[in-house]
Amino acid sequence: MQGASCVEPIDWVEVWLSNRGDPAHLHLSKDGCRIHIRYLVQEVCPTSRLVIQGGQMAEDTTRSTDQPEDRQKDLHQVNKTGLSRRNFLKGLGTGAVAATVAPATLAEADSHSATTGAEITRATVKLSINQQVYQIEVEPRTTLLTVLRDGIDTGGQRIDLTGAKEVCDRGACGGCTILVDGRSVYSCMMLAIDAEGKEITTVEGLADDNELHPVQEAFIEHDALMCGFCTPGFVVASKAILDQNPNPTREEIQAELSGNICRCGTYPFIFEAVASAAKKMK
Amino acid sequence: MAEWGEARKSSLLGKYTQRLSGPQKVTGQAKYTFDINRPGMLYGRILRSHIPRGTLTALDLSPAQQMPGVKAAIPLIEVGKEIRYEGQEIAAVAADTKDIAADAIRAIRFDYDPLDHVVDLGESMSESSPQIRDWENNQSDRQIDEKGDLQAGWTTADAVVEATYSTEVQVHTCLESHGHVAEWDGDQLTVWASTQAVFGTRRDFARHFELPEDKVRVITEHMGGGFGSKFGPGVEGQAAAKLAKETGQPVKLMLTRKGEQNTAGNRPSMVQHVKAGATKEGKLVAYEVSGYGTSGLGGGAGFTGPYVYQVPNYRTEKFNVAINAGSGRAFRAPRHPQGAFAMDSLMDELAEKIGMDSLEFRKLNDPNEIRHAEYDRGAEEIGWNRRQKVAGSAPGIQKRGIGVGSGQWGGGGGKGTKARVNINSDGTVEAVTGTQDLGTGIRTAIAIIVADELGLQPTDITVKIGDTLPGLPSGGSGGSQTTPSVAPVVKTAAMAAKESLINHLAEKVNVVADEVVIKEGSVTIGNNQLSWKEAASTLGMETISEEGSWDENLREGGAAGAQFAEVEVDTETGQVKLIKIVAVQDCGLIINRLATESQINGGVIGGIGYALLEDRIMDGQTGRSLNSNLIDYKVAGAQEIPEIRAIAHDTDRKVTGIGEPVTIPTAGAIANAVYNAIGVRVRSLPITPDKVLTALEEA
Repeated sequence: MQGASCVEPIDWVEVWLSNRGDPAHLHLSKDGCRIHIRYLVQEVCPTSRLVIQGGQMAEDTTRSTDQPEDRQKDLHQVNKTGLSRRNFLKGLGTGAVAATVAPATLAEADSHSATTGAEITRATVKLSINQQVYQIEVEPRTTLLTVLRDGIDTGGQRIDLTGAKEVCDRGACGGCTILVDGRSVYSCMMLAIDAEGKEITTVEGLADDNELHPVQEAFIEHDALMCGFCTPGFVVASKAILDQNPNPTREEIQAELSGNICRCGTYPFIFEAVASAAKKMK
Repeated sequence: MAEWGEARKSSLLGKYTQRLSGPQKVTGQAKYTFDINRPGMLYGRILRSHIPRGTLTALDLSPAQQMPGVKAAIPLIEVGKEIRYEGQEIAAVAADTKDIAADAIRAIRFDYDPLDHVVDLGESMSESSPQIRDWENNQSDRQIDEKGDLQAGWTTADAVVEATYSTEVQVHTCLESHGHVAEWDGDQLTVWASTQAVFGTRRDFARHFELPEDKVRVITEHMGGGFGSKFGPGVEGQAAAKLAKETGQPVKLMLTRKGEQNTAGNRPSMVQHVKAGATKEGKLVAYEVSGYGTSGLGGGAGFTGPYVYQVPNYRTEKFNVAINAGSGRAFRAPRHPQGAFAMDSLMDELAEKIGMDSLEFRKLNDPNEIRHAEYDRGAEEIGWNRRQKVAGSAPGIQKRGIGVGSGQWGGGGGKGTKARVNINSDGTVEAVTGTQDLGTGIRTAIAIIVADELGLQPTDITVKIGDTLPGLPSGGSGGSQTTPSVAPVVKTAAMAAKESLINHLAEKVNVVADEVVIKEGSVTIGNNQLSWKEAASTLGMETISEEGSWDENLREGGAAGAQFAEVEVDTETGQVKLIKIVAVQDCGLIINRLATESQINGGVIGGIGYALLEDRIMDGQTGRSLNSNLIDYKVAGAQEIPEIRAIAHDTDRKVTGIGEPVTIPTAGAIANAVYNAIGVRVRSLPITPDKVLTALEEA
């Protein structure tokens, strides 16, 4: 294992590239691996918005060769999988993300450029959000969700659309659901630069001149919310469902909402609310 | 002593009222701590340990401190100290943006000497395990409880069941992670906190920073779930306030999802070896259990048992086991779901052994009359008579079964809440108290109580809660205590305010108070009728402001519950599909039936996750959690939700709390239904397809 430049001890790697809104799943086998991953990480890569999950740990060869004494000790601690626990743990020691991927090519790259953010470039994008145009300076990695919640436009104004929530930060819970050109999208999985030229609608943009959207009304009437943290995501997703399918069955509502999580357990009343909103919208 | 009167005649109490916070929540206008953006605010982030155990030998914050946009970096552990679990706090930073804060965390360097760890319950108890805390063999002292004559009990038993039941570690998984926004103005600290206890959090901040309590203000306008895990600032709150102090700028620090899952609490696991005996007439006579569980490094593991049912003779032995993992915290009905699952399974096994219907056997041993009524109501609703007479006897690959579970909770509330009701001369009414709304709907409940007393509508009442500033304390929202603690004081405050207005009006027009009647939005004085607004306008420069007082007579504890489940088990895939759940819950005097039904649904759905899906999976080799995210940690989603019949069993007694009892009986009911379907018992939660298939294979 010593001196390995690629990732022999890694059993599997799952890569999601999220710069197209929808995550692409790439399962890379041991042989097919072209990414230099030195640590088992489950982190967001700062430059390419890359999520990696590794099945096993690679060895930090730099550290081992730098520290011959440690290496000696490690030889006595190699466990039955052939993986040294000490090096395994040591390898994780920096807390650094140690993988960089050029989004399209998955080319090898040095790990440390990713850790400092030093080479990050910035760009100004024009985003149309709830029918208002904002100019915002973003980094390539900046997600649409971050812009909505924390973005400041070039005039110094906070966008402050905090209805969409970051909950899982990896497209698993639907808390950040918004509409992009009418389709529901996880805004934590879409880069801000990819949203240029598209019409973005957040939960704040659903009501019409203070008149609530029928879905919003139905959510209130049916108590389809408790703590309410997931509610904006459910409301937006529900609107998108009804735009596509004005007469959903309960089974269809359940299937369509399976990308949203509620921890308080409001689902039964959400299903009722969506069915009732469908009737109202006819 | 005040009384609720005839609640059934009220147009508000016990009826369906929409949540006051609804419009804000569906439009995204509701501001949670996570949504607070203060001028000049920085973003905080915590560097956490990726190793389960080791001694910190070096920590270098300077690479982070030198990064552009980073305003502060502080250590959260001293070099030389022991790291004891994955996720333990190492350092924290504050930076201009969230992304820079994340970069800064990655730039911090630390080193450590690894120490042997253990993350498996059984392994931790073995002699070869590393000693990881100050308990002999990593096991706390045994808590022993005995009653009656156990030996005599065994001799009278006609049937004895011996079994081992186990439950998983369940993670709270609050959608709004733990976190704060901290802002200093001189020596005055203001904190927006995602907390279940604004006053408790204020006290803890004051103590930590050695401030007088009145120099700290805690605000929780809305919060995104707590379930028992959010009762104080925690390391993250202290770090946020410290970073804010050091930078002179407000700091928001919310836990990442991974930090939340690994370190912000869990429901401890349970393993219990139990033996119980019953007579052939159906009386429980003996019960003996030895059980343990792990809550990580802390205490608090345990389970109720014997539970719900009366046993004259028993001996119980319970203890904690330590592992290198984030500690447990109170979690919706602490200790009860573990105990209920085991007891409900055990009751089913005993009933079968003596050849008695499971429900009949329960009734013979359950002294609670309310639950007897609930058993009858639920049995009819689920169709108990459709149950397989012989478990597993249905033909085919997909087999259906029906089961029952029971629960019991205290939830009677207690003294300590101060509340005030103000009637202003423009007719507006404010209800002010220092409680907080976790999503249970206490805000709306307060409005209903005040409106009911003053003849107004809930939307006429401005409810001001979730803030320590008015100086009207209330306890933390735990133990299903909020409503029964707050309701009596709000009710008496509203009564006092009403009386003051009546006296004021009577004095004004010189009549006796009896001639002033406040009802349905208007005020009648003798033959004259005034609108509420007109009546209030007579206050002129005055404001009526009355405090309430605690009144024992307005609340009660002891909520009984029973749930029934129908499942369909695929004997080829092991998949358990829920068909229907009937939850009959004693709710005492209901204030808002709509929110109550929501609570019942929510409790059941939490129970579904506990029964079938949730499980914190630790990797023995690395000592790390394998599913500290929402992809791999499975909470119930839309597809897992069966038809749920939430029956608020209205006893018209007094106000009680039901947040917790509604999640207790679910897992037992589902487990018993699975047995009834396939004739093989799965004694370990969650009941995943692999366990079902293994059980079928071994049968």
